[in-house]
Amino acid sequence: MSTPTPSTAGAQQPKVAVRGLYKRFDGAAINALEHIDLDIGANEFVTFVGASGCGKSTLLRTIGGLEVQTAGELLVDGRAVSGPGIDRAMVFQHYSLYPWMTVLENIKFCRQLAAHTKDRTSSDVEAASGRADALLRLMGLQNVAGAWPNQLSGGMQQRVAIARALMGRPDIVLMDEPFGALDAQTREVMHDLIRYVHRLEKATIVFVTHDVEEALYLGQRVVLMAPRPGRIDTIYDVPFGDQRTQDLKHAPEFLSLKRDILDRIRETSGMKTDLEQLQRLSGATAETL
Amino acid sequence: MSQTLPPAAQAIVPVARAPAVPRRRSNLWTVRAPISRRAYWVLALTGLVTPLLLWTVLAAWGGMDATFLPAPLQVLDRTWTWATETGLMGDMGISVYRVVAGFLLSAVIALPLGLLIGSYRAVQALLEPLTDFIRYMPAVAFIPLVMLWIGIGEGSKIAIIFIGTFFQMVLMVAEDVRRVPAAQVEAAQTMGANRRELIEKVIFPSAKPALLDTLRITMGWAWTYLVVAELVAANSGLGYAILRAQRFLQTDTIFAGIIVIGLIGLVTDQLFRLAHRRAFPWLYLKG
Repeated sequence: MSTPTPSTAGAQQPKVAVRGLYKRFDGAAINALEHIDLDIGANEFVTFVGASGCGKSTLLRTIGGLEVQTAGELLVDGRAVSGPGIDRAMVFQHYSLYPWMTVLENIKFCRQLAAHTKDRTSSDVEAASGRADALLRLMGLQNVAGAWPNQLSGGMQQRVAIARALMGRPDIVLMDEPFGALDAQTREVMHDLIRYVHRLEKATIVFVTHDVEEALYLGQRVVLMAPRPGRIDTIYDVPFGDQRTQDLKHAPEFLSLKRDILDRIRETSGMKTDLEQLQRLSGATAETL
Repeated sequence: MSQTLPPAAQAIVPVARAPAVPRRRSNLWTVRAPISRRAYWVLALTGLVTPLLLWTVLAAWGGMDATFLPAPLQVLDRTWTWATETGLMGDMGISVYRVVAGFLLSAVIALPLGLLIGSYRAVQALLEPLTDFIRYMPAVAFIPLVMLWIGIGEGSKIAIIFIGTFFQMVLMVAEDVRRVPAAQVEAAQTMGANRRELIEKVIFPSAKPALLDTLRITMGWAWTYLVVAELVAANSGLGYAILRAQRFLQTDTIFAGIIVIGLIGLVTDQLFRLAHRRAFPWLYLKG
């Protein structure tokens, strides 16, 4: 199923368009991102995987406006990105919640910002408080609304972070390994939750992970990136439709696609040669012994 | 852990015993292991009382001249006469005033400045090397200049304490601000916070607990500069009393003065810790 298609956005304007994008950090010898071309459609759920150093997080942060590209174009809704904006909310792996605020205050944080309260009518305020309640319920946080973040487990904290990102109704949610620090069971629950959120909120989700199973289970497309220099290697269209359950993770076609992707990551990361070297080395040691 | 059970119970309990857990020694010598509250207080009191006992013993039977080492009771007596006859309260009052004034003055300037240094690389580049340079200069050496510029009134004493604390404080505040997790700042940026909102609603509140700790620590340093400050034409104050006692070899007064300063410091420190617990309850959650 590994057809390297550069774009599947269709006739309408892509939500995010990346054109010949380069990024090189100050003093670095290799491009962190090299010639990235990619379209992401509205309401798409696209996941990024790749060996460490492949630039997947850098690309995500560039879309979020937290990094500036060295060359190339980055368009959101056809307009060039010039920094962070309320149309693109970001969820981080950890340490992003405000420990001095309760869960509910964290979720409503954007209501304190001028960018979200330009037309502050009473119906607007009412709608916002309704939204916060709805998000609490959606994320299963009703019982901890008054708690402080560090009273919560890692999984619950990430629910708060996601709710807070959704509060401002962003068009695009950028997620940088949001479940990377969670245990396997919690992660499974979060997977179904975030898929539900995607259907409900009609947001575009760009999701970076190092876990291939996660990328395949969540994504409509999986973008595989390769390191040194960071580039797009292969784009996989995930053929499992939108109705997915945890059982899918054991289906043969899921497993074979997962194996393809894992093999490709290994090839691009040079891990295979590491293994060969190790075998050669242990052979040499066996001889000397 | 052998335990004799009544016959009836022995019948119920399966014959095979759980493998004996090797008894661990007490936690006192396990790296980073918690100790009981009782153990804490016993050790803390031992730490405080032992030097006092040693001092008593040494003063009584060490064959030392009282000029070199006055006995604890003698110091206590001296403190009492100082308090009742020679104006200890006045000395304490004026010294607390000088320390607090110097400390507040430097806090009022260091907090916003450190916030800017920690938030903007440009301000950091402009001011941090200079601050680093000045903070190595000994505050004592500024005395002649301070006398020349400010004179010999209260201002000069406050200025010395200011010089001693301000430059350290700026750097510590800047460091506290830099330690605010990047994800907290970036999350706010992607939610649309502008520069002012970032500093007011994220960076400052996030750094607050660390800032209060910095104030607590620098308050201690302000007290250590008191004696230096009261070298400048003072005629009252704890530091001045110590300096005068030195001239007349009144070792008991020197001891008394040092201990009074130490006690004031201890009380201030505990007040800061209490305020910390009150202001930032989420840092002290149990479980």
